[in-house]
Amino acid sequence: MEYLIQQLINGIQLGTMYALLALGYTMVYGIIRLINFAHADIFMIGVYTALFTATRYRVPFPLVIVISMVVCAVLGVVIERLAYKPLRYKPRLSALITALGVSLFLENFCALPFMFGPEYRSFPELIPPKQYVILKQYNITVTNVFLINLLVVSVLLVGLFYLVHHTMIGKKMRAVSLDKTTASLLGVNVDRTISFTFLIGTALAGASGVLYGMTYTSVQSPYLGIWPGWKAFIAAVIGGIGNIPGAVVGAYLMGISEVYATSISSDLGFGIAFAILIIVLIVKPTGLLGKKRQEKV
Amino acid sequence: MKIPYILKKHKVIISLLFLYLVIVLTYRTGWLSSYLLQIIMFVGINIVMTVSLGMINGFTGQFSIGHGGFMAVGAYASVFLTTIIFQMAGSSVPGQSLLGYAIFFPAVLIGGLCAALTGFLIGLPTLRVKGDYLAIVTMAFSEVIRTIIRVSEPLGGPRGVSGIPSMTNMAIVMVFTVLSVWLMRNFLASTYGRASRATRDSEIAAEIMGVNTTQQKTLVFTTAAFFAGCCGGLYAHILQFIHPDNFTFMKSLEYLIYLYIGGSSSISGAMTGAVVFTAIPELFRSFQIWRMVIYALLLIVIMLFRPNGIIGDREFSFIKKNNT
Repeated sequence: MEYLIQQLINGIQLGTMYALLALGYTMVYGIIRLINFAHADIFMIGVYTALFTATRYRVPFPLVIVISMVVCAVLGVVIERLAYKPLRYKPRLSALITALGVSLFLENFCALPFMFGPEYRSFPELIPPKQYVILKQYNITVTNVFLINLLVVSVLLVGLFYLVHHTMIGKKMRAVSLDKTTASLLGVNVDRTISFTFLIGTALAGASGVLYGMTYTSVQSPYLGIWPGWKAFIAAVIGGIGNIPGAVVGAYLMGISEVYATSISSDLGFGIAFAILIIVLIVKPTGLLGKKRQEKV
Repeated sequence: MKIPYILKKHKVIISLLFLYLVIVLTYRTGWLSSYLLQIIMFVGINIVMTVSLGMINGFTGQFSIGHGGFMAVGAYASVFLTTIIFQMAGSSVPGQSLLGYAIFFPAVLIGGLCAALTGFLIGLPTLRVKGDYLAIVTMAFSEVIRTIIRVSEPLGGPRGVSGIPSMTNMAIVMVFTVLSVWLMRNFLASTYGRASRATRDSEIAAEIMGVNTTQQKTLVFTTAAFFAGCCGGLYAHILQFIHPDNFTFMKSLEYLIYLYIGGSSSISGAMTGAVVFTAIPELFRSFQIWRMVIYALLLIVIMLFRPNGIIGDREFSFIKKNNT
């Protein structure tokens, strides 16, 4: 019992990281129907930004998150402008291949020796680690990193929800994702709105990167984004891609089930994401919270 | 000079024979290292993989990104017949002997059939999922296949299988490539190909015209999986060592890259993409660490300037149906 609860906490922690990443995937997909493969690598840049700002310049923790988010957001917008915007009205798959190209470029460029290099690094302690005992009878502990993870995610999620549902730019984002042409006829600047969506999505990836570094305290190589990226993407699909609450639900489902499966066997932990995905999509082809699109002739 | 009719009529076969001769001669005289020969064999296999992926993605309009999974099934099924059974029985593997080939050819075919069966079984439930969701399900299935291989001990598990006899040679690859491309060309030029394209352009219109789109999609999926499985069998017998990690999602993405770089709804495009992008990493080998950076940049630049691929949807004259 003790073990199960402790694993649940670990699962929530993993799910938190996936949730922030999955939001980026789902927002970009929702607005331009593009699987942004480069998102995982932007996340990686976020991890490295946090690593360097914290070790070289000794920046305090809240500032690390902000810097990391800003760097990622700028990068995301630059990528969108240079690589995706020219292909907006071209065959949809070209943009997908370009996204793959951008992803490969970021990984391999950052692995060059004058960039981050391919070697393993350890992530600095941004805050002194502490442990709190909750549930005395089972002796369950949570770390302060876990609590900070939850805090950061809650703040960002509430902010995002407010932004999407209660501001003008959020209304524009929703309009563009429904119908670009009509939105532009009604005076929405489609290009700027899409860029803004990238900005928000990649900023969340930056925050996720900092949380990843704090939780796992190790930075393997510039290829580290690949698997978290895929898992987060799958989480977004499970929740119904393009759907913001769906991404969060999917991410927690994914994180918790992955932790439990890994405690049985590491191979199983790897495959469980895909097994859940297949089952969900066969039963509900548009994901858990996704809306069914009406087919029009 | 007047070219004799017989040469004109069979110019494709003759030029292929010539190509084969050039490759073998340069290899025998030592100009071509065995490493490069291996790359050339991979080019052949990649061509078949890409064209078969093009059947699904370009011609039928379904979006599969798990083609490497079928390759894995084919590879492991054929290796099971040529190597694992022998190793379990404790005897040595028959190499390049008559007996060896008598086992090898059926093994590759059975590998293809196993992959086709997998494709059929996966196709049945998944083809009700559409568009990007289909893509993700195919990807998930290919990863599930890989996980199954990883955890099944008789298939070598996470250690892979070594000691596979080197059975595939240039002639086999060449005959296989030409035969497969020819078969797929004829398939796509037939009624089935037309039905596929109708399904791609508008599923509802195709249904109204009497095309059974579900059956059509399953058929194409199964056929493409068969070719991918055969490729897997040949690939394993070049490499002589297979590992579940040879068939990761990156493998499937590679074929996706070849296909869309060349031009997705064209056999010529798929072939060009496979040749060019198998060769490029080798050409830049001297740049070492910069190699993958250049590769990625080229990918972006080609897509930005030619969004429909290098070839687009045109075909080489020797691929077109009524050529003489």
